[in-house]
Amino acid sequence: MKPIFDVAIIGAGVTGAAIARRLSSFKLSVALFERRTDVSFGVSKANSGIIHAGFHHNPSTLKARLEVQGNSLFDRLKAELGFPFRRVGILVVAFSPEELKTVEALYEIGSANRVPQLEIVGRERILSLEPKLNGDAVGGLWAPTGGIVEPYRLVFALVENAQANGVSLFTDWSLAAARRADDRWLLVSETGETHEARRVVNAAGLYADEVSGFFDAEEFHIIPRKGEEFLLDKNAAGFPSHVIFPVPARNSKGVLVIPTVEGTMMVGPTAVEIEEKDDTGTTTENLDRVFSLAARMVPGISKRDIITSFAGLRPTLPGDDFFIDLSRKAPGLVQVAGIQSPGLTAAPAIAEYVKELLQKDGLELTEKPDFVPTVGHSSKVVEMNFAELDELARRERAFAHIVCRCESVSEAEVVEAIHKGHITLDGIKFYTRAGMGRCQGGFCTYRLLSIIARETGMPVDQITKRGKGSTLVVGRIGDAGRDMEDGSNTLGRAGFAPSGRKRSGSGD
Amino acid sequence: MLEKTYDAVVIGGGAAGMAAALAVREGGHSVAIVDREAYFGGILMQCIHNGFGIHEFGEDLTGPEFAERFISRVLGAGIDIYLDTTVMDITGDEASHVVTACGKDYGVLRLECRAVVLAMGCRERNRGNVAIAGTRPAGVFTAGLAQRLMNLEGYLPGRRVVVIGSGDIGLIMARRLTLVGAQVLAVVEILPYPSGLARNISQCLKDFSIPLYLSHVVSKITGKDRVDGVEVTPLVEGNPDYTKSFRLSCDTVLLSVGLIPENELSRKAGVPLNDDTGGPRIDANLMSASPGIFACGNVLHVHDLVDYAAEEARRCGEAVGRFLSGVSAKQFPLTAGANVRSVVPNFYAPDRENVLYIRSFIVKNDAILSLQIGGSEIKKRKLAHIQPSEMIRLRLQPADFPALRDGRDNLMEVAIR
Repeated sequence: MKPIFDVAIIGAGVTGAAIARRLSSFKLSVALFERRTDVSFGVSKANSGIIHAGFHHNPSTLKARLEVQGNSLFDRLKAELGFPFRRVGILVVAFSPEELKTVEALYEIGSANRVPQLEIVGRERILSLEPKLNGDAVGGLWAPTGGIVEPYRLVFALVENAQANGVSLFTDWSLAAARRADDRWLLVSETGETHEARRVVNAAGLYADEVSGFFDAEEFHIIPRKGEEFLLDKNAAGFPSHVIFPVPARNSKGVLVIPTVEGTMMVGPTAVEIEEKDDTGTTTENLDRVFSLAARMVPGISKRDIITSFAGLRPTLPGDDFFIDLSRKAPGLVQVAGIQSPGLTAAPAIAEYVKELLQKDGLELTEKPDFVPTVGHSSKVVEMNFAELDELARRERAFAHIVCRCESVSEAEVVEAIHKGHITLDGIKFYTRAGMGRCQGGFCTYRLLSIIARETGMPVDQITKRGKGSTLVVGRIGDAGRDMEDGSNTLGRAGFAPSGRKRSGSGD
Repeated sequence: MLEKTYDAVVIGGGAAGMAAALAVREGGHSVAIVDREAYFGGILMQCIHNGFGIHEFGEDLTGPEFAERFISRVLGAGIDIYLDTTVMDITGDEASHVVTACGKDYGVLRLECRAVVLAMGCRERNRGNVAIAGTRPAGVFTAGLAQRLMNLEGYLPGRRVVVIGSGDIGLIMARRLTLVGAQVLAVVEILPYPSGLARNISQCLKDFSIPLYLSHVVSKITGKDRVDGVEVTPLVEGNPDYTKSFRLSCDTVLLSVGLIPENELSRKAGVPLNDDTGGPRIDANLMSASPGIFACGNVLHVHDLVDYAAEEARRCGEAVGRFLSGVSAKQFPLTAGANVRSVVPNFYAPDRENVLYIRSFIVKNDAILSLQIGGSEIKKRKLAHIQPSEMIRLRLQPADFPALRDGRDNLMEVAIR
């Protein structure tokens, strides 16, 4: 018989992952459902990766409170989970006395939100803090508690830790209906699979409105707000030491210049409200606009250094605040909607808040004595010196086999990612960085395909970039004229199931 | 940690690396080749079409056949071989260099040597480098990756294909895909003339009736999970005219939009690069500004023909031999003048034979290539047709040079008019 989960979380983005991990410290049975093939593949993957300081949002908002609280939780979270995170600090740059006035207003907001160490800086200090800035800067705001994170690595670590503490993860599991039966909810997937849960957390990001609809709960409409971002080479000039913000515009924090944790640079995002929840296309006009705005702040930035671009969608609600509350219409449902910027920053605080809401709803929380808050630190070639690498390679030869030359990723790291359930090219890329560097997979894709095939037993023509429909090759040579039905080529062994991951249709 | 000492270490076992190592070995010096792949030949091994070796061997060979001629010689030459081995770092000083690599068979490998030859080849420019708008579905490949998947792994990347850029690999792949039953709908080139060799336009596109759209761009890639089409836009006076855009439905996009010398290791080792080529700045001995570090083949500058890469590498290997034996010759600087995009090397030695590789900025019939030292022309050559995609090769003998006085800079300028 299938277990009845105490809590089912819909959506394995950063919000759902943080909630799952928080709940995994209690004696509860928790399930995490994700419609995509891997966790973090929705809103959370296409993200600026900024841990905001907390000076943008009015103190009366829920998001301001959770933002500042979330920020303060990151040091401990990093110590426990080991994802890439650095407090590099945030600079807001003003170019005119009018803009300086806005900076003063931001300072007021930040102070009211109790952001630590916030200061207004003059021209000389801002240029000494960040010599790459345009010399026309007249001053700005310095928030040393701001930081940068690799968002998908944060989500992976949260989910990995949650799973290690008993949370069940279901990927490729898309909710299609919810029915109330006695004191619980019957959750039905698109493929007809069912699970039962006493309480449900709606952390479905862009689809939170549809999920709310399945429960006949609150009616709201999530509006996707697109943000285009551009990733620049490690060798790019104009590399700043801090995250550089302009003075903000009305509905967005503006186009930023971001030194990523991994040493590349990102510029963006744009902020355009759109209709479609899967419209992640980029445009030439926005490319031009982003670069002219970024170059105004940091003149060394050049389009020549672009290695890739992408667009992410922020799930926004009218009023722009988070909507996190117990549903007034559907029993046992917690709504966690409208989690756009600063959702990444706020995620650990959101998890705390949702835990309290569940408790308020009557969920009994007993701490698990055997909760393990840490995840094991996996070895990475890029973090080792040659003596360490030699030592490790003696025990495990695959560490001395470099698969991705641009980011120095070894076969051992790729195999680890696959065994942890990241079996798409994007999943492996986000987990290991293989394919994320300047050649963008030109040299490692064929190697990754053969390692995935070997480790999983999947035929190469079924391996995807990021799940259903995104296969890389269409078949063997010679099969161009007909469909690949027989799947006769298998490079590896059959019958592999990645550990700790349940897939739709596999049944229990 | 495995430690070894050689006179020279060659990084890269493609045509250039093999030719350089053979020349070093023939000069009586000890040499090792390190390559990341499990086999020699580099990219040649996936180039199963013909057209290789016409200059080098006077024969029309396939890529693997061309490589095989070098491989069999390398295997019998007493050259140490480290395959499946990735170089991580080059350190050291003028007197001695250390090449640190790692491989499954060795763990970490430390190779000490007096000379290093950079022969890592080049990589393909990708979608990000040319900033094509639209979505990011599966089915977008660089032409070389698609070539690898087809010719070495045996997989078909797609059935309805649009090729962006008319670089040689893209043209070769347009034909290759057609031959296995895929449909190539278009080759789209931003420039008003093709980027690849004329012979490839004729043999790969015209012979198969594949449309070539010059002065057009792919302005957008569409498709959610897998590519479902592209938007093609003509350029009018250099600017896209979106009112004339049209759509092609396809499941695959191949990019053949240029090659970049792969100099991440060189850069890390502090070797100064030449902005015009993307490769190291080199003297008349193909030695970089970092003493003892040499470069040849596509890592130095992107060649049109492997024959010339091999020829250059052989000369590089000979120069390494002279360096190891302490033989030197006087040399003077060489620079690109009017209408010249790049010239390699950056110095000439008037007492020796020099081979200059020149790329023009312009397309022109009946052009004149002119070499001047101190304002006076020392040599000129008529060229029936020039274009940026066709490299100009010029051999200069000691007799071509006037008496040059020491103490002057004797700067030689290469110009096209």
